[in-house]
Amino acid sequence: MGFFSKLKEGLKKTKDNIGKKFFSAFSGRALDDEFYDSLEEAMLTADMGVTATEQILDEFKDEVYKNKITDPEKAKDLLKRIMVDSISYEIPDYDYPLVILLAGVNGVGKTTAVGKLANHFRSMGKSVVVAAADTFRAAASDQLEVWAERAGVRIIKHQEGSDPASVVFDAISSAKARRDDVILVDTAGRLHNKKNLMDELRKIHKVIIRELPEADYRSYIVLDATTGQNALAQVEIFAEAVDIDGIILTKLDGTAKGGVVMAISAEQEIPVVFVGVGEQIDDLLPFNPEEFVDAIFE
Amino acid sequence: MAFDNLSEKLNHVFSKMREKGKLTDLEVKQAMREIRVALLEADVNYQVAKDFINTVSEKASGEDILKGLNSTQQVIKIVNDELISLMGSTHSKLVVADRPPTVIMMCGLQGAGKTTMCGKLSQTLKKQNKKVLLSACDVYRPAAIKQLQIVGEKVKTPVFTEGQINPVKIAKDALDEAKKQGAEVLIIDTAGRLHIDEKLMQELLDIKSAVKPDEILLVVDSMTGQDAVNVADTFNKQLDITGVILTKLDGDTRGGAALSIKAVTGKPIKFIGSGEKMDDIEPFYPDRMASRILGMGDVMTLIEKAQEAFSEEEAIKLQKKMKNNSFTLQDYLNQLESVRKMGGIGKLMQMIPGFGGKISEDDIDESKIAKTKAIILSMTPEERNNPDIIKASRRKRIAAGSGTTIQDVNQLLKQFDMSKEMMRRVSKNGMRGMKFPF
Repeated sequence: MGFFSKLKEGLKKTKDNIGKKFFSAFSGRALDDEFYDSLEEAMLTADMGVTATEQILDEFKDEVYKNKITDPEKAKDLLKRIMVDSISYEIPDYDYPLVILLAGVNGVGKTTAVGKLANHFRSMGKSVVVAAADTFRAAASDQLEVWAERAGVRIIKHQEGSDPASVVFDAISSAKARRDDVILVDTAGRLHNKKNLMDELRKIHKVIIRELPEADYRSYIVLDATTGQNALAQVEIFAEAVDIDGIILTKLDGTAKGGVVMAISAEQEIPVVFVGVGEQIDDLLPFNPEEFVDAIFE
Repeated sequence: MAFDNLSEKLNHVFSKMREKGKLTDLEVKQAMREIRVALLEADVNYQVAKDFINTVSEKASGEDILKGLNSTQQVIKIVNDELISLMGSTHSKLVVADRPPTVIMMCGLQGAGKTTMCGKLSQTLKKQNKKVLLSACDVYRPAAIKQLQIVGEKVKTPVFTEGQINPVKIAKDALDEAKKQGAEVLIIDTAGRLHIDEKLMQELLDIKSAVKPDEILLVVDSMTGQDAVNVADTFNKQLDITGVILTKLDGDTRGGAALSIKAVTGKPIKFIGSGEKMDDIEPFYPDRMASRILGMGDVMTLIEKAQEAFSEEEAIKLQKKMKNNSFTLQDYLNQLESVRKMGGIGKLMQMIPGFGGKISEDDIDESKIAKTKAIILSMTPEERNNPDIIKASRRKRIAAGSGTTIQDVNQLLKQFDMSKEMMRRVSKNGMRGMKFPF
């Protein structure tokens, strides 16, 4: 199943909600205040946030005025284009050996995303090792172990409570010895104690750079699509510890809209790289902005 | 702490209003616009925010105006009252079954924090001397059962498991086991599921009809955005939930979900979870939360937390010590421990009127407290009781023993002297009610 159909399926319920709102906005006859109000409502309900909504609407209004657009269909295409543009980025291809570090707050689905990523690279014919560097949450490494088994990849894990950086060190050593292509690092989710989290992440970050300087190294933040404007704060906090190269947006199979991605883009230039659309191991797909926006509208 | 951001923004609007004193209609409108943005940025549901603003505007310009207050105070009061009524006006306790065990079923989306909350809830109930049994009915997520077992171990509560078989059967068997053990409360942990997953929602209905829970609690991640009300509404319509638990109300959570869920479902928020320790759970009081949001502090919760950490006896003893100047470094150490038990200084500061929103947990360096503890722990009992004997060579030893420097030790001793002097003065001048030893 391709990105589009899966996402569409996932966003089916979403459509009932926001899609309907967009639809009713564009089915009005005139592009008047009422029209803009209902657009605003649809966008805010999609978690796009006040700032992004205002920015996008301002640009939209400008273009409508400049190009003297009166046809709702044309206006819709224009709005779509502006939304797509706001989340489109150039993403460099992967080089191998590749290290991907996954960070995020509790319960967003980091461990599951690591499992799915492992499967993704495995099915591309790459050899993969996963590092269970969430040594904090009860049974986190057991959970990752099940995913590693499903994906058919190796796992490096230590005991609960041990130093996460040492897990990463061991995973890198092991990957070097076996010439693995991809190392995936699962980390603990934590928000309340920022200092610890940052120190821990920085330490892991240092170990990766020191031990595998030649690797293509990316750090991704995992965001739950149901998260609201708090996602902005999450990105901000994690960006203080590591350079965030991308977002993995999980749980897009619910009724949530994931519109917060646009709120993030309005403030920082961080692309979405993957989206999670289900519970199966192959339910992780590369992100495609056009199809993402299309799926919201249709 | 939760709501900081909202609190900050609202206070900003209010302080702008205060500069004016009396407000024109236009200024009220402008303020309402700003409050609306603050609510939306805190993830309050679009419709709820709209209704909220309409109600407040109506009351602010209508006949409800109280005499004797200036317009600014009126508007703030109206906002406060409406916030409370949004969140439900009274605290609702857990239902207790006429004949034990009381059965509590937890449900919610994936990653909301159900399993952790099961542990926290057990901890709370155990503090009330209740015998609790936990039951692991999440048979889908890898290692979920093990996670509950580890959590159960932490709170010293038995966990009933039957492996990955039909969760309805596990729930039924757990109920039999609870009766057999004479447990007063049975808490059933279920798998996270999407509210639109009909098959899994049916499973919850089956568990419900099999064990007839007294409480069906929906666990909601407080970072959820606009979708929170859809989720809560669907769970409620299908299962007729009895209440809501909000999790992860710490860090930078803005908690707009808290404001919206009650409004949409009509079901009360019963507890809030705000940290990673098993003690990090609080009963939810709408009025106190509204006070916190408006930056007016939450003295009631503070006092309760203090009562939990100190016994009355200890407090009296401490007061005496403060009065006759016999407060020692050992007492100081005990107090640091108690403050930690109460959730750390950062959390406490949020509840003090006037501090709400002004101090974030980041501003307080917990590592400094750890250092202080290390230094005191490196002293002999004699030194702790009589710090005057700590001269150069002892200082050197203490610094080496605690991994600090002599300057650190000096600073601590100086600070201790100063606070002792302050305590003496305070207790002499008889500041009644100054029972808090910090």
